[in-house]
Amino acid sequence: MSIQNKEALKASREQIIYANLLIIGVWAGIIILVATYAIYLTGILAPHIEISAIPKLWGKGVGEFLEITHSPQGWGWVALLAKGDFLNYIGFVLLALMTIFCYLVLVRGYVRQKNWIFATIALLEIVVLSVAASGLVGGGGH
Amino acid sequence: MVNIRARSIGWLLGSLMIFVSSCPAAAATAEQVTAGAAAGYPWWFWPIILFFFCLVLGILAVMAGVGGGVLYVPLVSGFFPFHIDFVRGVGLMVALAGALAAGPGLLRRNLANLRLALPVALIASTCSIIGAVLGLYLSSLNPDIIQVCLGVTIVGIATLLFFSKNTEKPVVTKQDAIGLALGLTGAYWDDGARESVEWKTHRTLLGLFLFILVGLLAGMFGLGAGWANVPVLNLLMGVPLKVSVATSKFLLSITDTSAAWIYMNRGCVIPLIGVPSIVGLMLGSLIGVKILAVAKPKMIRYVVIFVLFFAGLKAIDKGFGLGFLG
Repeated sequence: MSIQNKEALKASREQIIYANLLIIGVWAGIIILVATYAIYLTGILAPHIEISAIPKLWGKGVGEFLEITHSPQGWGWVALLAKGDFLNYIGFVLLALMTIFCYLVLVRGYVRQKNWIFATIALLEIVVLSVAASGLVGGGGH
Repeated sequence: MVNIRARSIGWLLGSLMIFVSSCPAAAATAEQVTAGAAAGYPWWFWPIILFFFCLVLGILAVMAGVGGGVLYVPLVSGFFPFHIDFVRGVGLMVALAGALAAGPGLLRRNLANLRLALPVALIASTCSIIGAVLGLYLSSLNPDIIQVCLGVTIVGIATLLFFSKNTEKPVVTKQDAIGLALGLTGAYWDDGARESVEWKTHRTLLGLFLFILVGLLAGMFGLGAGWANVPVLNLLMGVPLKVSVATSKFLLSITDTSAAWIYMNRGCVIPLIGVPSIVGLMLGSLIGVKILAVAKPKMIRYVVIFVLFFAGLKAIDKGFGLGFLG
């Protein structure tokens, strides 16, 4: 096998950094999810919505659910972090933010390589994911 | 000896799949369950059932070679008392967590290809936002519309899984201009054949167009879209099967992220449902990988396809309010 071929088989530096960042983030997210769920279930922090009330409401549409429970949309959960149920959002959000973090690494790498096409694609993806995360689309904004 | 063991595990998992799809349904129809959820059972009953249900789903998803999301949404919406809005929101988080966990290994082994994934992900993730917004809008008008559309999509997916014959190493004689401009080529080491496999894409433009549809469906129904990614990458664009499967799994981590944010911001992710689903499915996937080494997955795949057919028909039945399937 030629040296060029061997090089082609290897994952790129960006790919490896992406993978390393992802593995840390994912497992941190899962551990946080389990820990905050335990806090929620044991009642160490009182929830915003009584746990026993949720089975009466989870059959309703999300609009009605939010109205009855006076729950926030978008990033409104941040103000309720002291509540056991909304504390779980830290794990969910970390998982959902991982791709944006990883793409920032990619943009840096592609700019260094002067690979403008892929730097632009990666930047556009960050914009798309950030718009989705912002809560401005889909009625999640305030 | 190994064969008998493999067959036993296969039968056991097949039975589990049938158990999984019939257990909550046997207790009551979804509507009855919704009405009597609070009265009949304590609050912890459903999260515990959901955890074990997802654990089994995770095992079967790995064995059948499908994503967790595509099994989760139709089965949980059909047989659990949760509104379809919450099932789709959590379904996306489930698919996202699974894809994120698988990503590092696939990237390190150079099976998931970043150059291939990036342009496709940009199209699919943008469209999955549109799909999610559209899905939530339709659901606010009438959730039955989403149930029926979901049912039709699931029946379509089951048909696709049954009939599609992927090609291990498609022959691409000439790369098209877009594939060439984007540098959509690569190489990976095939352990089985003990050789390096080089690949390049063709029909790239058509493939990219199809990812518009894939993104829309993924966002609208909260499904992971591996069932669609792989045929487009493999059969249409000529990417080897291993690279297609790995890149597809990695793609889900990006496509599902954008749609998951829309559902999460709308309030569709309830922790009481979300955490047992994610943890159960991830643990199940880990167990599934171990079992895969000794079991014959072909029979499981057919059982899963059958269950998907049933779940799809049940969603249509539920959407139209016919009540033929309980």
